[in-house]
Amino acid sequence: MADATLQHDSVQHGIRGEFEAPLFGAYSKKVGMWLFLASDSLTFGALLVAFSYNRISNPAWPTPFAKESIINSTIMTACLLSSSLTMVMAVFAAQRGDKLWLRNWLFATMGFGTAFIVLHGMEWSKLIGEGMTPFKNPWVPTVPQFGGTFFTLTGMHMLHVTVGVIYLGVIALRKMFLPILGALWLAGYFLIPASNVFHYGVHALLIGLIVSAVILFLKPKVYDAHDVEVAGLYWHFVDLVWMFIFPLVYLMSTKIV
Amino acid sequence: MATTATLHSHAPQGFIRKYIFSLDHKVIGLQYFFLALTAVWVGMFLSLLMRIHLVWPTASLPLVGEIKPEMYLSLLTMHGTIMVFFVLTTAPQGGFGNYVLPIQIGAPDMAFPVLNMLSFWTTFVGFVVILAAFFVSGGAPLHGWTGYPPLSAVQSAGPGEGLGADLWITSIAIFCAASLMGALNFITTTLDLRAKGMTLMRMPLTVWSWFITAILGLLAFGVLLSAGILLLMDRNLGTSFYVPLIVVNGQIMGHKGGSPLLWQHLFWFFGHPEVYIAILPGMGVTSQVLSTFSRKPIFGYKAMVYAMLSIGFLGFMVWGHHMFMSGMSPYSAFAFSLLTMCIGVPSAIKTFNWLGTMWKGRIRFYTPMLFAIGFVSLFVSGGLSGPFLAQPVLDIQLHDTYFVVGHFHLIMGVAAIFGIFAATYYWFPKMFGRMMNESWGKAHFWLTFIGTYAIFMPMHYLGMAGGTRRYSQYTEVAYLQRLMPIHTFMTYAAIITIASQFIFVINLFWSMFKGPKASDNPWESTTLEWTTATPPPHDNFGGRTPVVKHGPYEYGVPGAAKDFIMQTDPATTPAH
Repeated sequence: MADATLQHDSVQHGIRGEFEAPLFGAYSKKVGMWLFLASDSLTFGALLVAFSYNRISNPAWPTPFAKESIINSTIMTACLLSSSLTMVMAVFAAQRGDKLWLRNWLFATMGFGTAFIVLHGMEWSKLIGEGMTPFKNPWVPTVPQFGGTFFTLTGMHMLHVTVGVIYLGVIALRKMFLPILGALWLAGYFLIPASNVFHYGVHALLIGLIVSAVILFLKPKVYDAHDVEVAGLYWHFVDLVWMFIFPLVYLMSTKIV
Repeated sequence: MATTATLHSHAPQGFIRKYIFSLDHKVIGLQYFFLALTAVWVGMFLSLLMRIHLVWPTASLPLVGEIKPEMYLSLLTMHGTIMVFFVLTTAPQGGFGNYVLPIQIGAPDMAFPVLNMLSFWTTFVGFVVILAAFFVSGGAPLHGWTGYPPLSAVQSAGPGEGLGADLWITSIAIFCAASLMGALNFITTTLDLRAKGMTLMRMPLTVWSWFITAILGLLAFGVLLSAGILLLMDRNLGTSFYVPLIVVNGQIMGHKGGSPLLWQHLFWFFGHPEVYIAILPGMGVTSQVLSTFSRKPIFGYKAMVYAMLSIGFLGFMVWGHHMFMSGMSPYSAFAFSLLTMCIGVPSAIKTFNWLGTMWKGRIRFYTPMLFAIGFVSLFVSGGLSGPFLAQPVLDIQLHDTYFVVGHFHLIMGVAAIFGIFAATYYWFPKMFGRMMNESWGKAHFWLTFIGTYAIFMPMHYLGMAGGTRRYSQYTEVAYLQRLMPIHTFMTYAAIITIASQFIFVINLFWSMFKGPKASDNPWESTTLEWTTATPPPHDNFGGRTPVVKHGPYEYGVPGAAKDFIMQTDPATTPAH
């Protein structure tokens, strides 16, 4: 499909001559992304093992998630699942060269991703308000691992979603995305009260802004269908990880009345 | 596209773009090499301090004064960490892999040159951070290179466990990120940038070894990264992943319910593949060098490839054999033990094939060949004690003794270092365009070879006699006092061996500037790096890509005009 237009990497190096066909028929950027995802799945795997290990060794694991939490996290899951669909549509649009709909579908994907982050942030704030921290929780004081594993796993995932939204924004708008990201950062910093943990967490956007600015100014280029496909791989992976976290962290800790 | 293509094929001119922030894999390879060379001297100096302290515990030493027990543990920790991460992982893979792999497969550069540069500079930052641990208040951490909690997870557990331990973990996390970038780059390059005719089964065994090492790194370092983040959280955010309810210095810590075993599982899931990350490139270089200097094709090329693949695969399933002492269920211990002993099979295949390669060869005893033979010797001596330690019953007896120290130093420490030496002497002419001095090289080999055996062989006897490891002093315990003559012998051997490394360094730097000029193919070798100029141009082959016609080790082919056929030689091989 997209590989039909595959240019070998040697073209980028200005080298004449023939090369062996890539082993899996994929261009380097795609192989690179797959390999990154392989290692990232091990990184998440270790956190999931840490969660499961602690969960099994502490039989009195708290089960505090009542109806509202489960509904909230179900909506979050729906957001991510829908964003995967819109991402697929974006890749299709890119492959048929439809710039308008590529941008529209990317915006939709970013919108769902942002909704996920906001809903998740509200969930975090609510739990912190109830007295949950990385080292204690109000439900079963003898199992501090509940807060630790919850915030580590979901925090790592939230970071990945945030990176994904910025990544898609750079693909969709290039340098035009930088002022938007800057505005989001400042708005977040001034609108979120200092008592909330995201008052400081929002600085992740500043780091994202600096990194994207460096990339965009050092290597200005028009992103093609391959770049959109590679970004899509990352996005689907982030969704997939949530499909492990949602049942493990939320559904298995549902409050049973 | 056209403008960027022309820009990229020209070598950068300014000093900074050419030598500091270079995108050229050859320059980056050399940067890694010199980083590892610096690190190995630091690590070796630490080991020298330890060896001297073991024999003369009250001596006042230069730079450090009298070594206290806590400081001994710091030396132990930093020696292990620096050697494993910044020498054994950095030099063979980052150094020689970076320099040679793209040339050997006929590629103009790595697949992602910017990522490659980023990977080196991230490693560099990691090295600076770990060195910083020496100079902060409290000094370097004392939890060993394995960083077992609770010792590593509680700030007040010891003098080095404050800021020093934080820097240690941060450095390792940085190193993980750098290694992941490198591994990703190596795999993509091997998959996508092979010259026409360079099929998988025509790749030199060195390329196979770096490729498999990169796969191991890609899968292992991510786990250590997570484990390190959790450890940092335990230390600084008050979480209890690894720490149960404990009392330190009479104070109840705030942690409860965590498990130190979780760290051990996560750490060794990384830690065991790490051993193969250190040794596999050495196996590749040894195969290459043995074949070249025996003037014979490598014995059992495919068996070598499959042996390395199965070593890599099994390497991920045996981490539990580091934890027999941790109260493991006998059933798990049995499974880990069996799988561990399975690794003996591919290792034996490799050893057999190396001997088969040399058998009835016309051997040329140049320095790289000597070090490759030394590698095989050390691989056998260090490997044979492996099946001892793979058995839980024996391991419980031997685990905390010098037997283990001797085992892993021979097999993953010194053997891997011999691989690095063989690679240095072998590729030096290609890298710097000059030959190294043979007489000095041979003197260096014999002193190092005999010296390392003199240091590490006695450790086995010491361990079987009950000589415990990690203790800073043996002079105050009656039964350990009787083992002191062995310690004294090992210390003298270590001093002589370390002194003889100056021969290597002087040879290296002297030859770099004053050695006789090297031809393009001084060893009459067959692989692609010897078909290009010495040193290779910026894009490796001067604007063209080679076309590969032959396998990597066509030496002594009956009926051929010369005793070696280059991989690019257009002549058809006579049937053989």
